[in-house]
Amino acid sequence: MSDPNSSIPRDPRRRKALQDMTRFGGGAAVAATMLTAFGVSSRARPAQTLRPPGALSEKDFLAACVRCGLCVRDCPYDTLKLADWADGPAVGTPFFQARNVPCEMCDTIPCVKACPTGALDHALTDIAKAKMGVAVITSRETCLNLQGLRCDVCYRVCPAIDKAITLELSHNARTTKHAIFEPVIHAEYCTGCGKCEKSCVLTDAAIKVLPVEVAALKQDEHYKRGWEEKAKAGGALVDAPLKLPVRRPEGGAP
Amino acid sequence: MTANVRPYVEARAAKGLWAASRFLVLRRTSQLFFLALFLSGPLLGIWIAKGTLASSMTLGTLPLTDPFVFLQSLAARHWPEGLSATGAAIVLACYLLVGGRTYCSWVCPVNPVTDLAAWLRRRLGITVTAKVRPNLRLYFVGAVLAASVLSGSIAWELINPVTALHRALVFGLWFGAGGTLAIFVFDLLVAKHGWCGHLCPVGAFYGQIGKVALLRVTADNRAACNDCMDCFAVCPESHVISPALRGERTGAPPVITAGDCTVCGACIDVCSKQVFHLGLRGRNAVRPESSMTAPVPAARVVTSQPAALERDLP
Repeated sequence: MSDPNSSIPRDPRRRKALQDMTRFGGGAAVAATMLTAFGVSSRARPAQTLRPPGALSEKDFLAACVRCGLCVRDCPYDTLKLADWADGPAVGTPFFQARNVPCEMCDTIPCVKACPTGALDHALTDIAKAKMGVAVITSRETCLNLQGLRCDVCYRVCPAIDKAITLELSHNARTTKHAIFEPVIHAEYCTGCGKCEKSCVLTDAAIKVLPVEVAALKQDEHYKRGWEEKAKAGGALVDAPLKLPVRRPEGGAP
Repeated sequence: MTANVRPYVEARAAKGLWAASRFLVLRRTSQLFFLALFLSGPLLGIWIAKGTLASSMTLGTLPLTDPFVFLQSLAARHWPEGLSATGAAIVLACYLLVGGRTYCSWVCPVNPVTDLAAWLRRRLGITVTAKVRPNLRLYFVGAVLAASVLSGSIAWELINPVTALHRALVFGLWFGAGGTLAIFVFDLLVAKHGWCGHLCPVGAFYGQIGKVALLRVTADNRAACNDCMDCFAVCPESHVISPALRGERTGAPPVITAGDCTVCGACIDVCSKQVFHLGLRGRNAVRPESSMTAPVPAARVVTSQPAALERDLP
């Protein structure tokens, strides 16, 4: 046991350094925690703000985008803006709102070319393969075509007409003698350019472009579509119509 | 304290107005120059530098990327494409040559604001200041990198008031300038040189480059120092001066080696005895005593030291 009174004189600098480490280290830990929380929460971007073509998924985008604005500068239609504090997306990142200025889908994709970090994926060379979002009829109760009228504007302006938006005919049960031409969006072809949302004639657009992660979801692998499996197999997968047991309480034949 | 309210008076009388404000004028010119490179496009349609200080493209050929932003991107586990890596390497190489925190004093748009706050502080005689040790910001750099790893995003750019001010000026995003206003109030009323000197992780990062950078300020004529303390009054990082200026007794070289030095040249401007000059790391030759002014007796340097320390050193 050492005598507490005969200890080696302590270096005051050591005490100061330890004090610094605990105080500043604690402060740094608090700052890191707050910044981390802010960083994670900034992934939640308003649904009506869309990323430029070729943008990585939101999480990867925020790791990659340095907020330089080069894509905004090279956008010839002033579609892209940098987010200010009040705009919603992480501050300084590029976005556009389809209802204000939609993407004109330039063949040369200058915004992607301008990106120095790959936050906009340089592998995107065909703008038709862009996935800025996916159009959705968000208001079936106000869409004019769904009321049995012939508006068709979203269908007509779509750069991928008859592929991304088709008009599907059905019987108009209200009038009993007319058709309903329903605009149906096919996510596979929709680039999310927002022309449809921009041109919807209603005060509040009935068709809106939503982020891919909200609107274009993948079907679960375990759901098999019988008719597709049948086509793939080149014939029925079961030999004969199934014989199901009769479950009526009285039993016997129907 | 009162002697330091107007630190430039003596220098102007001794050297003339230009020699006593040369570096200030050059720095403001440099700051305006770098801003003008970005503004000529949106204002006049003449595109020289596109982008912001975070990353830019000059004349369609020269990519530049802030290495601190680049580092955070790596920490967030994004492997950036070639262009930004090249840009970061160019910027890093430049600051290894010209002094690290020269970014802070010659390029950063927040600098004129914090300089104004420091000037007002002197003029208004505001002496109350929160005592924060300069190495706090290094912990802050660590916090920023940790947050980048944990959140998987470029964490500091979520709030960085430096790039926010630059975006405000260049892209017209004026909400972003709010942070700069807060910095001004903080520097004026809460802590002397509070933001740049104690908190800003961007400056702390460039300070690490400054530890090995080539261009430095040197007190090579330190024999002529008359202990007026004016350099301590104007230096934004006054702790960097003493080791070089008072190094005669300890045998320390006259070059200011500390990374915290922003090579702003305020000490060169303010010194009526022309003690300081721009120099290179490793060039440690001291000027002969007779070079500028009559030498101050060494005894005076020693006796005035404790009082000086009490008064101005952090």
